[in-house]
Amino acid sequence: MIAANLPALQVVLPLIAAPLCLLLRREWAAWTLATAVSWMCLAIAVLLLDQALHVGPIRYFMGGWAPPWGIEYRIDALNGFVLLLLCAIAAVTLPYARRSVLEEIGRERAYLFYTVLLLCFTGLLGITATGDAFNLFVFLEISSLSSYILISMGRDRRALTASYQYLIMGTIGGTFVLIGVGYLYAATGTLNMLDLADRLAAISDSRTVRTGYAFILVGLSLKLALFPLHLWLPNAYTYAPSAVTVFLAATSTKVAVYAMLRFAFTVFDVSHAFGDIGLSRILLLLAAAGIVFASITAIVQSDVKRSFAYSSVAQVGYMILGIGLLNLPGLTGGIAHLFNHALAKGAIFMALGCIALRLRSVQLQDMAGIGWQMPWTMGALVIGGLSLIGVPLTAGFISKWYLLLGALEQEQWLLALLILGGSLLAVIYVWRVIEAAYLQPAPARQAPVQEAPLGMLVPTWLLALANLYFGVHTEVTVGVASQAARLLLGAAS
Amino acid sequence: MNEQVILRVISKLLIPLILLYALYVQFHGDYGPGGGFQAGVIFAAGFILYTLVFGLPNVNRVLPPRLLETLIALGVLLYAGVGVATMLLGGNFLDYDVLAHEPKHGQHLGILLVEAGVGITVAAVMIVIFVTFAGSDE
Repeated sequence: MIAANLPALQVVLPLIAAPLCLLLRREWAAWTLATAVSWMCLAIAVLLLDQALHVGPIRYFMGGWAPPWGIEYRIDALNGFVLLLLCAIAAVTLPYARRSVLEEIGRERAYLFYTVLLLCFTGLLGITATGDAFNLFVFLEISSLSSYILISMGRDRRALTASYQYLIMGTIGGTFVLIGVGYLYAATGTLNMLDLADRLAAISDSRTVRTGYAFILVGLSLKLALFPLHLWLPNAYTYAPSAVTVFLAATSTKVAVYAMLRFAFTVFDVSHAFGDIGLSRILLLLAAAGIVFASITAIVQSDVKRSFAYSSVAQVGYMILGIGLLNLPGLTGGIAHLFNHALAKGAIFMALGCIALRLRSVQLQDMAGIGWQMPWTMGALVIGGLSLIGVPLTAGFISKWYLLLGALEQEQWLLALLILGGSLLAVIYVWRVIEAAYLQPAPARQAPVQEAPLGMLVPTWLLALANLYFGVHTEVTVGVASQAARLLLGAAS
Repeated sequence: MNEQVILRVISKLLIPLILLYALYVQFHGDYGPGGGFQAGVIFAAGFILYTLVFGLPNVNRVLPPRLLETLIALGVLLYAGVGVATMLLGGNFLDYDVLAHEPKHGQHLGILLVEAGVGITVAAVMIVIFVTFAGSDE
């Protein structure tokens, strides 16, 4: 009974836990429940991915209504992989969050934080699991609305404007997706993704379908912060509470990238979309511009959190680059980078959260000498930074290697240079932090800075070590990513 | 406030009708247009009208913030709980067929409960939003 309902339970468990947290009210009870649920979700995600890889796509009919009338959840190698990433990040973020939330949000409002975080988690899982275009929009709204609230909980009052900015941009993005889905529904009379794919093949030249496609792509580009639609992201990441930055940076843009993959490859005809309309060129151009501009902007920031937020925009560029390359190694690299970047950024933002807890600041000049006072925290940040750059033996190297292979296979020499150049720019903005933390003398303080508490260090190091593990053992990341890429490209031919 | 006799009398006449109409939309939603979302908003509109004319204190006494917060959670739990019940009875999530001895009754019961959950949460959320904004300048 439980095994048959796993796809539903994956999304429903956090949905039930969220109102329970609201009823429990006590900080420790809400935290315990949320953490337990995130671990259960991780177990479910592992089982689902295993089944999707070895048995084939899992189909689950909501309410027992057969598709295309009912809502179908469909889990294959691609979204099984993304589900695993989401649950893994939630499972390490929640234990980490407790101390950080007590400090930044306070004991009285902590239960509200866990309620909203679980709702956001539900929304992201739903987007990933569903095989229904309209259901995807509903979950997109659930996750977006709850992330606006999460960001607004930041200690700095600028969190409110950041959240409002994101609300406006995110709502435009969500509306665009809805308009696009509406056009597709008008043209085909169906919302099920596979059914849409069947029917769109015959009428892909119609203006309605093209308009719908454009709306969906632009809407999702806003949500995934594709340059130049990234303007909401730096403020949102900078002023959100530390735990929220960790969670959103590692999950929300990744899920939007997944949704774009799903629409571009499963729902729409790839050869048509990428051939006739020339989507490939547009995506490559924007991705390249994003990598260069966002990396350079990251270099000149004095707030380290903001610097890494800009770095996220650049890294999203790499994922989109993988989509735009439209070949097996490129797409494998893009999907693997989605996973690996989440690990790297998760570790970095967790380390920054530890520093924010002790220093109450993440300004570069305040971090002088911190490497000797918080050796473990900074150690994790350095590992995350190396992975972000793409140093061999770290996870980031693997995905950038495949992206490079993809670019070389297409004989896109400029893009290959760009991938390497982007890494060099990453060296600069990571080095600035390392230089400040290790090579500059610590300012004289009344009390020496303590190392972060163990409850925050352990999750941080788990993610840091995951960066090293997946830098050596690639059968999970590259194996699953290439299977997913083959699935997407295979649907095309 | 005492001068607004017409407002006070008319709203006292209207509010019971608004609440009754909300219940009609709620339960008629099983067969025709309507349902929990619409009903919840109409129900909340009754309380919002009361607050506009008679002020916040009475509403806060009848519906303290703690109670509203609990109602929000209970509505979602009722909705999800029906889904869990259907899974425990051997069906898929929200497959109402298994709720009763035969599918037709099951569908009826399932829709009724799920829409009740939606109605409770929507009404409570609408009232909370209004009360929060109304109370923010006091």
